[in-house]
Amino acid sequence: MNKRVMSLVLMVLAALLIGLLPSVSAQDVFRVAAVAPSATNDLAFSQSMFDALTKIDAEMGDAFEFVFQDGTFVVDDAAVALREWAASGEYDLIIAHGSQYGAIVEELAPEFPETSFAWGTDQNTFGLPNVFAYTAAAGEGGFLNGAMAAMMSKSGIIGVVGPIEVGDAKLYVDGFVAGAAAIRPDVQVQVTYIQSFSDVPLATEAANTFVANGADVLTGTAQMVVGPIAVAKENGIPWFGTQSSQAELSEASGVMFQVYRWDVVLMDMIASIQGGTLGGESYTLTLANGGLQMVMGQHGS
Amino acid sequence: MIDQILTASVFAAALRLATPYMFASIGEMFGQRSGVLNLGVDGIMLMGAFFAHYVALSTGSAVLGVGAALVVGAVMGLAMAFISVTLKAEQGISGIGVYLFGLGMSELLFQRLVGTPRSVEGFTDIYIPGLSDIQFLGIGEIFFRHNILVYVAFLLVPISAYVISRTPFGLMIRAVGQNPQAADAMGISVARVRYMTVILGSMLAGLAGASLSVALLKVFQQNLTSGLGFIAVALVYFGRWRPVGILIGALLFSFVNALQLQVSAIGLDIPAEFAVMAPYVITIIALVFASRQTEKPDALTKPFERGE
Amino acid sequence: MPRPHARAWFDRLFDLFPPAISLFAALAVASILLIALNANVTDAYVALITGAFGTENATAETLVKAIPVLFVGIGICVAFRANVINIGGEGQMIAGAVAGVAVALGFGGQMAPFMVVILSLVAGFIAGALYGGLAGFLKAYFNVNEILSTIMLNQVAVQMMNFLLNGPLLDPTEAGTNHIPKTARILAEIQLPRLTIGWTEGMELFARTRLHYGLLIAVLLAVVMYVLLWHTPLGYRIRAVGFNERASRYAGIPVRRQVVLAMFLAGGCAGLAGVVQVLGLQYRLQTDGSPAGFTANAGFNGIVAALFGGLNPFGAIPASIFFGGLLVGAQNMQRDIGVPASLITAVNGIIVVFAVSSQVFVRRRRQRRLQAESPVIAKPEVVEVAPRKVEA
Repeated sequence: MNKRVMSLVLMVLAALLIGLLPSVSAQDVFRVAAVAPSATNDLAFSQSMFDALTKIDAEMGDAFEFVFQDGTFVVDDAAVALREWAASGEYDLIIAHGSQYGAIVEELAPEFPETSFAWGTDQNTFGLPNVFAYTAAAGEGGFLNGAMAAMMSKSGIIGVVGPIEVGDAKLYVDGFVAGAAAIRPDVQVQVTYIQSFSDVPLATEAANTFVANGADVLTGTAQMVVGPIAVAKENGIPWFGTQSSQAELSEASGVMFQVYRWDVVLMDMIASIQGGTLGGESYTLTLANGGLQMVMGQHGS
Repeated sequence: MIDQILTASVFAAALRLATPYMFASIGEMFGQRSGVLNLGVDGIMLMGAFFAHYVALSTGSAVLGVGAALVVGAVMGLAMAFISVTLKAEQGISGIGVYLFGLGMSELLFQRLVGTPRSVEGFTDIYIPGLSDIQFLGIGEIFFRHNILVYVAFLLVPISAYVISRTPFGLMIRAVGQNPQAADAMGISVARVRYMTVILGSMLAGLAGASLSVALLKVFQQNLTSGLGFIAVALVYFGRWRPVGILIGALLFSFVNALQLQVSAIGLDIPAEFAVMAPYVITIIALVFASRQTEKPDALTKPFERGE
Repeated sequence: MPRPHARAWFDRLFDLFPPAISLFAALAVASILLIALNANVTDAYVALITGAFGTENATAETLVKAIPVLFVGIGICVAFRANVINIGGEGQMIAGAVAGVAVALGFGGQMAPFMVVILSLVAGFIAGALYGGLAGFLKAYFNVNEILSTIMLNQVAVQMMNFLLNGPLLDPTEAGTNHIPKTARILAEIQLPRLTIGWTEGMELFARTRLHYGLLIAVLLAVVMYVLLWHTPLGYRIRAVGFNERASRYAGIPVRRQVVLAMFLAGGCAGLAGVVQVLGLQYRLQTDGSPAGFTANAGFNGIVAALFGGLNPFGAIPASIFFGGLLVGAQNMQRDIGVPASLITAVNGIIVVFAVSSQVFVRRRRQRRLQAESPVIAKPEVVEVAPRKVEA
């Protein structure tokens, strides 16, 4: 957690200490609390939300504050955090960033009808008026990445390291495979789901396996891809990424990254909530609405 | 079909995957042979992995990184030995404490000092002249194109076997682990031997971490080991406290793992869950059919109290 | 000389000092880390304590966290008493949860809710017991060390759960979508009721919290296992095997059977932890692919709680509540003060290490006391020092 957040937390505390002194500005501050499964520096899913909130914070300045609990891979710990935030009544929007948190939101939201909740990635608002859902059409950037990968591959073999066959990971991988096949029907895309979001050693060896089989382009999704990225660099072959930009880590191997710009949908949600609508809407990041952004890496540059 | 699965690179991958287990398990074996169970291996590995990576990142030298991992391993080993030998704390539970400390501390330091995943130059593969070109059965690719730490890990097997069975130090370790009272009566300092084995084992655990972060993966991330250290402890039991047994266990486990990655890469229609499960199941089954003899150190997990 | 009862009472009280001192020592070390992070130490500890016990809801969450830890811990008491080291709590919890949720979904609405709950709990116990018993069986009859088998079986259970939740047990409404693997929600009438204390309508303690009847089931289980261990022949045999295996064998106790039985019971307790998490708290089983996603590490924390509790099911009760408070309060530290989650993990480790290290002082006091009271018992047993052949 960076200093900015800590100071924000302290500001919230200071505001509490001052108590209920009538303060005009305090009412105008939009407060967000968010919980995410992995670390805010994972170069993947959790970082995409943290970056989005940081960006909004920079844009809205004093009118926005947020707290962020990361590393909450234990689903039940997220339940505690979400309940505490909801019960405090201090937050205008509470974000459960992880599809494993959906069941918690489903239980919690009806108990706190005055508070707005958002969760993703999913499209299901459970028919509740105070729940937003958000997801990313990760297949779109996957398709672009796949098409470009197929063009770059000389061997016609491409390796994909995936976590578990669910959520935006599956969307991305399916899109990638389709994109590659659209350009080159004969291309062979080898996919391995290693059944973990965090097992870097296994993900690395999966990438090595692809390279040994002749793959000359690699991609992957979730936070354990830091290992496969190192494999791509070591073998001097192109890397395609998703969720957050991995351009810095992948250096000369990084070609293109699909970046989740949650700030786009979050701004919509904030506007809705300020207008009195607490939920009921489902948002999807797409290339068209600017929620998905393709960022170029240093490859070839 | 079979030649697509059993490629030379699968065997080479098995050797790479086995490397951190070899270091950590053989290190753990020394401690256990003297009667100390160290369940904190994974935490020590994480600390070793972080410091190796951080030092390599800031100095550009992977060798210095390995040195840092050995030092941090020794420090954590000293702490572990103090807890379990001097304070005689319950070994299973103090190990879990050490694991949690290493898990949290390595991530905290990573966040503060590095911030975002970065890769290091690390150790590159050394092609052994002549041998690495052997085409027959893929021997060159399988055995002779690895980074230095892979070679060191496998050299550790004969070295540790020799130390345990043929040196006075090894005899002391076995004496202390089998019958500390007798060893004490013979004038061997039980505590000193145990301090030495636990520190040695922890240094090897640190090295195991370094083998990941500066040689095999070349990156660091929170919980980089993903519980690898616990498997390493299990492999000591598999190997029945012998280096060769540990070698067999580590190779079997890693080979099945490499095989499942290859099977899923070439697109055989096996549910991913069963593929990932395979190494664990096969390790248990192998042990069921393995020899029934055991050499478990009698004093394992038992703190030594001198009967006055 | 003070009355024996009073003296025993004072001795017990002084026994609490070393753990308390060790706790302060651990917090002192943690303070150094906090200062290094520029965090306000006082604020941090206030957040820790209020997060654990400061409000009605916080206390309830602490108890909620303690429930699975207690279940697993009770089982660990039984296993460790038989000298079997059960690291398989995670896998056994998962086995119990899978079986329990299958029963709850399969029979829900087809018979009296009460019966479904009972059946589901029984199924969870048996599934966990069989999974634990498997490790015991392999140890007793095939000499497969239980530390190895339980570590491996944990991973197998996770993959088995992932497979079942992606296939046979998948919520039918989610089929064909790419959502996180989860079962359907169990019917409202077979969810364990929320637990409140007090009679006045609307004034009960813990109303509007997540505290559930699992706590009572766990405490009941502690009583049952205590009686079993110390007041039945079965418990006597289990403890005898753990105390001295060879002597037990000479005394005609079937040692192997006790080992299997101890693991069976330990696994059953962990299985109950799993099914109670589903029936009482989550109302469905879901996975993010990692074991901790479901178990919240209760399978490991239960070991710590059991050992803190002196391997006594009753001792495990305060130990698991202490641990639950630590975990819940630590989360609050992150929310209130912005302390990184990783620091909290490290501090938890420090506390475990210090607390377990302090036990040596308790033991030493106890020994001295025994020596003072009855010199006959306290005389160290003659230790067999016959030199044994040490093989390579």
